[in-house]
Amino acid sequence: MINEEELLKIENIKRKYPDSKAALMPVLYFFQEKYGFISDDSIKEISQLLKISEVDIKGVVSFYEMFHEKPKGKYIVQVCTNISCMLCNSENILKAVEKKLGIKCGETTKDNLFTLEEVECLGSCGTAPVISINNRYYENMTEEKINSLFDNLK
Amino acid sequence: MEKLILPDIKGLQSISVYEGIGGYTAIKKALKMTPNEIIDEVKKSNLRGRGGACFPTGLKWSFMPQNTDKPKYLCVNGDESEPASFKDRQIFEFNPHQLIEGTLIAAYALGVKTSYIYIRGEYLSWIEMLQKAIDEAYEKNYIGKNIFNSNFSTDIYIHRGAGAYICGEESSLMNSIEGLRPYPRNKPPFPAQNGLWGCPTTINNVETITNIPVIINKGGEWFSKIGAEKHPGTLLYGVSGNVNKPGVYELPTGTLLTDIIYKYAGGVKGDKKIKMIIPGGTSMPPIRGDEIENLKMDAESLKSVGSAIGTAGIVVIDETVDIIKILTRITKFYWHESCGQCTPCREGTGWMLKILERIERGEGVSSDLDLLVEIANNIEGNTVCALGDAAAWPVKFTIKKFRKEIEERIYKSC
Ligand SMILES: Cc1cc2nc3c(=O)[nH]c(=O)nc-3n(C[C@H](O)[C@H](O)[C@H](O)COP(=O)(O)O)c2cc1C
Ligand code: SF4
Ligand code: FES
Repeated sequence: MINEEELLKIENIKRKYPDSKAALMPVLYFFQEKYGFISDDSIKEISQLLKISEVDIKGVVSFYEMFHEKPKGKYIVQVCTNISCMLCNSENILKAVEKKLGIKCGETTKDNLFTLEEVECLGSCGTAPVISINNRYYENMTEEKINSLFDNLK
Repeated sequence: MEKLILPDIKGLQSISVYEGIGGYTAIKKALKMTPNEIIDEVKKSNLRGRGGACFPTGLKWSFMPQNTDKPKYLCVNGDESEPASFKDRQIFEFNPHQLIEGTLIAAYALGVKTSYIYIRGEYLSWIEMLQKAIDEAYEKNYIGKNIFNSNFSTDIYIHRGAGAYICGEESSLMNSIEGLRPYPRNKPPFPAQNGLWGCPTTINNVETITNIPVIINKGGEWFSKIGAEKHPGTLLYGVSGNVNKPGVYELPTGTLLTDIIYKYAGGVKGDKKIKMIIPGGTSMPPIRGDEIENLKMDAESLKSVGSAIGTAGIVVIDETVDIIKILTRITKFYWHESCGQCTPCREGTGWMLKILERIERGEGVSSDLDLLVEIANNIEGNTVCALGDAAAWPVKFTIKKFRKEIEERIYKSC
């Protein structure tokens, strides 16, 4: 359940739009940041807060790559493999990350620390290859940089 | 050459530095003009949209109804998800106030009380940078009620996307803001009549809007004389791939492609030959290495090689790269990002991907290329939104331009 202070935050989000339904995406981000994912309980709560049916909310959540209905690792590690990164060695970067974390793309480490994903162009092609960790970019990656990057995170 | 969008000035992100070089004078000037005078100035400038389609901005603005009781909206498109595009984020990072000022001028000219700047969700750091600038501008009452002591009030909000390329398409973007499942809408009706919440709406790219303060300050005619006659101004050329100095270079429209690659982007890595260039994001038809001599980078010049400027995101691909591998990866992207609403796009992208993967594995057959072109032709023009075309063009035109090489690759593996 959300508390009064959080309710106030949500009211402030709603004020940006003439129709409170439009607050759905920012409110989804709000719940995802709080709980780590969008649970069925959260969907029920959001449904009451914004007067949107649960089915409609699910339709929105499932459409977007960045909303997830199941918990992921503490760090979501995304390796871009689109063409500008591909031309700059992203395949080997991905392999090196897989080796470092001991998991394949789409998997989460046993300690729930890392989830690894292959993603589309991150809009950082001029500093390819690029890795994003919890939406912070690590640009001009090299295989050598990977070890220290992950050791510093733990 | 003077830079209009990304001048080399340190600390321009802060409002005081921006004002120090004449920032926020254009909006003050604009507030003394009538909305129609502003629209005329933008028309005179011949500014064309930087979001990919090069649509004349002044003309687009003139579509907005003037006598209406309905609220009007402006969406500034910073979804920036077309692969190989990374220019708008330079504006968020290095010149956010000029974007804000442009948004204010557009809002005043269009009678807009609320503008949404839509930014892709992955750009969290850049959303924070722009938000900081917006907060600064609110504090000084440059945004909000009665800005600059005028009787014009307007708000600017950031709407954060959540990882869907399709949301850069304008009608999908509006559904995304409204909190709906962001399927693109049928057109007509067009946004100027029936946009956000059924109200008149204009959608412009971030870079387009960032040009507006310059046009108001220096005049439409001055702007119209920069670069290529029919596509004036500067562009933020984003160069990536096999070059020594990838990055965003602001240069006039009509700059020679070879200058961009060799003078600015440091030439091809390892001095290799260029096999292929993608001139404006991955949906634009590719150019062969032997076509780039004397080729100018602007909307009209690129037609001569059967391509288009798109987002001016240039990918340089050297002679050692496997064309099929590139094309397969591009097609995988459009297949992945298809919203699934129209059968030709949903099924066609998946089918093309299967065939391309088969060719990549060395299991292609000679009839595959004609089949790919046929599927691409079936998608093109038969879908609700232009993602269908964006998926069809790379396939169709890569085959057209590299047919011999691809055929040899198929035969070799037979
Ligand atoms: C699939 C698809 C994706 C698009 N993505 C973007 C984008 O990320 N940014 C953008 O400005 N325009 C994008 N567009 C173009 C927009 O629909 C729209 O034409 C543009 O934002 C208008 O701005 P402009 O007239 O200033 O260029 C996309 C179009 C399609 C069909
Ligand atoms: S063309 Fe593709 S992305 Fe566009 S509406 Fe149709 S299915 Fe969706
Ligand atoms: S291709 Fe990787 S960031 Fe654009």
